[in-house]
Amino acid sequence: MSECFNIFMVGVGGQGIGLLAQVLAKAALNAGWAIHACDTHGLAQRGGMVSSHLRLGQAYSPLVPDGQADLVLALERTEAARAAVTMLKDGGSLAWYDAAWQALDVRMGQAKPVEASELKTSLNARKAIGYKVYRADLADPRMQNMVLLSAVLNADLIPRLSLDHVKTALSELLPAKALEANLALLQ
Amino acid sequence: MNDLGEMLMRPQAYSELAMGNVALVRAMVESGVRVVTSYPGSPTPEIAEAIRSIDAEKRPFYFEFSLNEKVATEVAFGAAINGRLSVVFFKSVGLNVAADSFVQLPLMDITGGMVVVLGDDPGANSSQNEQDNRHYAQLSYCPLFEPASAQEAYDMFKKAAAVARERRMCVILRLTTHVCHAKELLSFAALPDRGKPDDTPLFNPDSGNYIPIAASVFPMKKRALERLAALEADLPALGFDRFVDHGNKERGVIVAGLPFASLMDTLSGCEKKPDVLKLGSVYPFDRNLVASFLASHREVKVLEELDPILEGQCKALAFERHINVTILSRYSLDEAMGECTPSKAAAVLRSAWPDMLKAEPVRAHLEPLAPRPAQMCPGCGHRSAFYAIKKALGPEDITVADIGCHTLGHLPPYRMGRVLLSMGHSSSTAAGLSLFNETRRVLCFIGDSTFFHAGLPGIANAVYNRHRVLLVVMENGTTAMTGHQDHPGTGRNFNGPSEKLSVNAALTGLGVTNIREVDTYKQSELSAMVREALDEPGFKVIIARHPCMLKFSREASRKPAYVRARVKIDQSVCTKAHECVERFACPSFQRTTDGTVTVNPDLCIGDGSCRQTCPSQAIVPSKPSN
Ligand SMILES: Cc1ncc(C[n+]2csc(CCOP(=O)(O)OP(=O)(O)O)c2C)c(N)n1
Repeated sequence: MSECFNIFMVGVGGQGIGLLAQVLAKAALNAGWAIHACDTHGLAQRGGMVSSHLRLGQAYSPLVPDGQADLVLALERTEAARAAVTMLKDGGSLAWYDAAWQALDVRMGQAKPVEASELKTSLNARKAIGYKVYRADLADPRMQNMVLLSAVLNADLIPRLSLDHVKTALSELLPAKALEANLALLQ
Repeated sequence: MNDLGEMLMRPQAYSELAMGNVALVRAMVESGVRVVTSYPGSPTPEIAEAIRSIDAEKRPFYFEFSLNEKVATEVAFGAAINGRLSVVFFKSVGLNVAADSFVQLPLMDITGGMVVVLGDDPGANSSQNEQDNRHYAQLSYCPLFEPASAQEAYDMFKKAAAVARERRMCVILRLTTHVCHAKELLSFAALPDRGKPDDTPLFNPDSGNYIPIAASVFPMKKRALERLAALEADLPALGFDRFVDHGNKERGVIVAGLPFASLMDTLSGCEKKPDVLKLGSVYPFDRNLVASFLASHREVKVLEELDPILEGQCKALAFERHINVTILSRYSLDEAMGECTPSKAAAVLRSAWPDMLKAEPVRAHLEPLAPRPAQMCPGCGHRSAFYAIKKALGPEDITVADIGCHTLGHLPPYRMGRVLLSMGHSSSTAAGLSLFNETRRVLCFIGDSTFFHAGLPGIANAVYNRHRVLLVVMENGTTAMTGHQDHPGTGRNFNGPSEKLSVNAALTGLGVTNIREVDTYKQSELSAMVREALDEPGFKVIIARHPCMLKFSREASRKPAYVRARVKIDQSVCTKAHECVERFACPSFQRTTDGTVTVNPDLCIGDGSCRQTCPSQAIVPSKPSN
């Protein structure tokens, strides 16, 4: 498979994965990467699984091949667990925001919610490192993506990518007021 | 913050990170397109969003969302035979709706040129099937070009538009979902200086003929076939196709569209790569080019998404020209299904040539998780409607779905709307279900955008032929599922305020006499109406209304004084009856393993439509916050 750094982002519709994907793509360009990216949504509603692919370096397809994600970024615990099974590469990293948006079968009482321990078992099987991210005092759930992004930068999970690259990207994407609120979470 | 509209109109050349759909709009601007029409459908709505980003007074072309794809095609055609370069775009199945008019276009002298941009959807990511629209090119004699990336979508659109204009014909540019949505750093050329557009109406009935009837069809058909042949002869100069030389005389791959990208990724670690012939013009394809590729390789595999159209043509060509080559056939039905992702391309190559790729590393097996399908949003009026209507129905009654967000009612726990064909089918499918049927009452649904798109004929038919059916119009004031586009019932068109066509008046005009109206949040009233109406004779309609709450709450949250409301469960009153979480099933309700129900504050919008469902009134407003 190709020589590139593959990032797979996943969450539930409505969590703000679109902005996360846009910021990272622009920031990676700022950092000097060639990029190929693709959002895989289509429907407007919230509540379904949404994902986004970002490939840094030499690639043709915008889609990360199954099992080839060097880094998985998840905005929700169950989706983190799903991506660990399907997309995460052996030896890769997975950072997830520890929100839980229960799927229908759990709410119906027909299935158990995914526990952190199950995710841990999957990470071990993939010989991968996990980063659990959560902030209890966050007022606006649409900012969870920024909290996750901040953790990704602190742990230096994306080669060559710095806080400055991300700040510049955000300033190209957001109007002044939203920009300020988002930047505050990245310091 | 960068301004997309400014970029799309920038006179200078520049590079920008953008998706295929956006790239198409720059290509339209550069090509001097004058008229663009569409009906919304994934994967194409972002084309319209990019068009919207250009200030109306600076927009160099007219754009409209038409009533449906057929109407959109006809509006673009009318403009094109008057000399305007025109574009119509829509999703894959949109071509079925447009087909009756579309198939005539290649017969015509299209004075200004016309490009049909198709968003096909291999993998059925957001469609009711994954039909391969290359068949339509063949059956109508319409040329079809196919890009493999966002940059190519831009480059090829410009070439396709030039072909259409110079040859006064209609051509198809076929994109697939992940070409529409693929993002990369794109290089855009400078805007050519075209001066003021010449909008002289050029329609000339004699330059046609434009009336294909009986024997007059044949000269028109002959011209279509001759134009195809002429185009094929010119393909080498037009530069749609590409040969990737890996110096392999044994093995070659013929490919087009996104599978090319998947193939090249798959080959990157491969030591002895096959030669690759990438076709950009899929119909007609350059037979001389393909024949020489076939003749210079011992074995050739056609890596092709969906139907084996190119494969069949290659085999016919090899047979016709006595070329000594083995064209490998498909190894299983799987090759006809789903998207040709990098993983799929690798699987296909492995089956064709087991020795070519390195073995895949063995991974620990982990149990897959149950899928998470899309669902109706918190506060959705459709949910209240399904919850209420279900109470009024018997277990044997039949419910018919239509296309839109409300299709999701077929999922548990509602199980409402159990059969689906296409936009607008519901009244007529329901009519058929009501024949020879005295015991199982038939109820069907339709959304308000779909009502105008394709719903009217089925309704008129049900009135005219006196079918005994109850139709529920789910009026949420928008085309919700595809991203909140206006439609004839909203009082706005793409370009501003407009006539608001009333659903009730339309029904009345079609001769429906039994009409009720209700807000879907009034659940018991809606239940009572359904109970009553179901047993009445003939065709009946309930207009079940509530604004799309995703759109409503998004717009509300942009207002300065916005306060976000929520509900909570009063645990001292809750009897764990679970009506809210199991039967009303708003996704905001979460349950812990001991059966306690809580409200997820990230999801709840405080609409309160759930409160009436609780038998013990345990759902109460929570303190507001921003
Ligand atoms: C022929 C065709 N064109 C377009 C689409 C895409 N599409 C899917 S749902 C939908 C919107 C339907 O809107 P509406 O009937 O108002 O229902 P809502 O989603 O608002 O509930 C459209 C246009 C389609 N599936 N088929």
